[in-house]
Amino acid sequence: MINAKITNIRPDFALITNWVNAKAKVLDLGCGDGTLLTHLHETLATTGYGIEKDDANWLAALKNGVDVIQMNLEEGLSGFEDQSFDTVILSQTLQAMHNTESIVQEMLRVGREVIVTFPNFGYWRNRMQITFGTMPVSKSLPYQWYDTPNVHLCTINDFDDFCVQHQIQVIERKVITGGQDVHLLPNLMGNLAMYRLRKYSA
Amino acid sequence: MSESNSVGIVKAQVAHFTQPLTLKSGAVLPQYHLTYETYGELNAAKTNAVLICHALSGNHHVAGRYSADDKYPGWWDNLIGPGKPLDTNKFFVIGLNNLGGCHGSSGPSSVDPLTDKPYSATFPVVTVEDWVESQARLLDYLGIDQLAAVIGGSLGGMQALHWNIVYPERVRHAFVIASAPNLTAQNMAFNEVARQAIITDPEFFDGDYYNHGTVPRRGLRIARMLGHITYLSDDVMGEKFGRKLRHGDVKYSFDVEFEMESYLRYQGDKFAGEFDANTYLRMTRALDYFDPALDYDGDLSKALRRAQAKFVVISFTTDWRFSPARSREIVKALLDNALPVKYAEVTSDHGHDAFLMPDPYYHDIMRAYLEQIKV
Repeated sequence: MINAKITNIRPDFALITNWVNAKAKVLDLGCGDGTLLTHLHETLATTGYGIEKDDANWLAALKNGVDVIQMNLEEGLSGFEDQSFDTVILSQTLQAMHNTESIVQEMLRVGREVIVTFPNFGYWRNRMQITFGTMPVSKSLPYQWYDTPNVHLCTINDFDDFCVQHQIQVIERKVITGGQDVHLLPNLMGNLAMYRLRKYSA
Repeated sequence: MSESNSVGIVKAQVAHFTQPLTLKSGAVLPQYHLTYETYGELNAAKTNAVLICHALSGNHHVAGRYSADDKYPGWWDNLIGPGKPLDTNKFFVIGLNNLGGCHGSSGPSSVDPLTDKPYSATFPVVTVEDWVESQARLLDYLGIDQLAAVIGGSLGGMQALHWNIVYPERVRHAFVIASAPNLTAQNMAFNEVARQAIITDPEFFDGDYYNHGTVPRRGLRIARMLGHITYLSDDVMGEKFGRKLRHGDVKYSFDVEFEMESYLRYQGDKFAGEFDANTYLRMTRALDYFDPALDYDGDLSKALRRAQAKFVVISFTTDWRFSPARSREIVKALLDNALPVKYAEVTSDHGHDAFLMPDPYYHDIMRAYLEQIKV
């Protein structure tokens, strides 16, 4: 990984960096142009791969020196062995997945730890828009109801329940709004939810 | 593609080898020669060499033309040249005709120096392993220790892959394009039908047709027609020909009625006029036999354990003869060995033939990656 020096990194990327160990082997699902992987490599000397479906993103990731695999996440991670990565990351893609349940299970199969981030649908600004009778449109949910790729939006409370139901251990959870940590009423006040997960060991 | 970024007029060269080559079958070639072409300049440190491995019907004439009025350029001319994705201003590109071929290297139709007659059917069956060995000797002959890259599509991709199993230290980057770790039964079945068409042609004479003054043209023609069907996708055939009639309406005959038939016959005739049947038999057998995992408990990951190159694996969505799923098997084996790999699945209508076409995304990938290679 050579090119791309990142100066203006997304706040969630900066926080993800805190949850990845130095020299970890990382798999980034929906890696886009490889910005996160490049950042992790430069700051933590990580290795690993990105997965990206879109041609233009794939090519941009290649140009950033990322080892990128072109495939559709909806088909699962069958090309990856159990527990073959230290950390598997899915950043702000969960809500656009059709096979949401199975991709989380697949991530937990392939990675010893999993990082998932998603926009919190329970954020008060979203609730306000619903209250006033329209679907939420914001910086973190920039789509109209008719053209959104987001098919499985959820709230922090929903995802907490999901983890309990699926025997997933939440190692850490972080909720942020505008780059700031949210501690009070996270499901109401938090815009972006970040989870660090692993399987409950029996 | 304009001719301004062509490698221009090229000339084939021949390298003679007198050190015997023991083939995988156990047969020995006491001496042999390889016909090859090169484009660009080998740098002083000899770090910019790229080897192109050809597929079933390919040869050493990869780019450029033999004369100004040469009708067709080399078979991968759209990729190779000054300013093209594989830039000959940067790289020294080598194309060769594999052993057993019919375009200048030792093969069934070439003259056996021991008998002064064509080898004919006595030319041994050659394998991907034998080709890689002979290619390594060609590199020795050219004074090249390590390749900047080995590039191959289809059967050529198998050679590119195998390089990393037997000479991992001699490859820095490997491109395995529209290929597979072995052939499926269905895929081998197509090869068998093609061979049967040739072998049962009354003009084949057990492969000794050179001495009978015949050519098993019908067999070769049918073999090629069958091949062509499998290299195209249903969609592209539909788009190109559909049910279009040759003469406006049906004649209730077995002559050419549909455009598709005309195309297949044309391709078959063209091929039968320029390719050698004995070579065709051997090339398809090399495809059938290739199965590097076999020596490693059927585990391709184990077979690639010594590999150290960086890999680019590319497949094409409508390629059903060398499907994306087969390329993903290669990718998995590389991932299992934590090797650097970039895998692209190129959306194309052109079936297996897509790897020879200048699809923009495909060529952008080739260009972007090759630009990153330091020489």
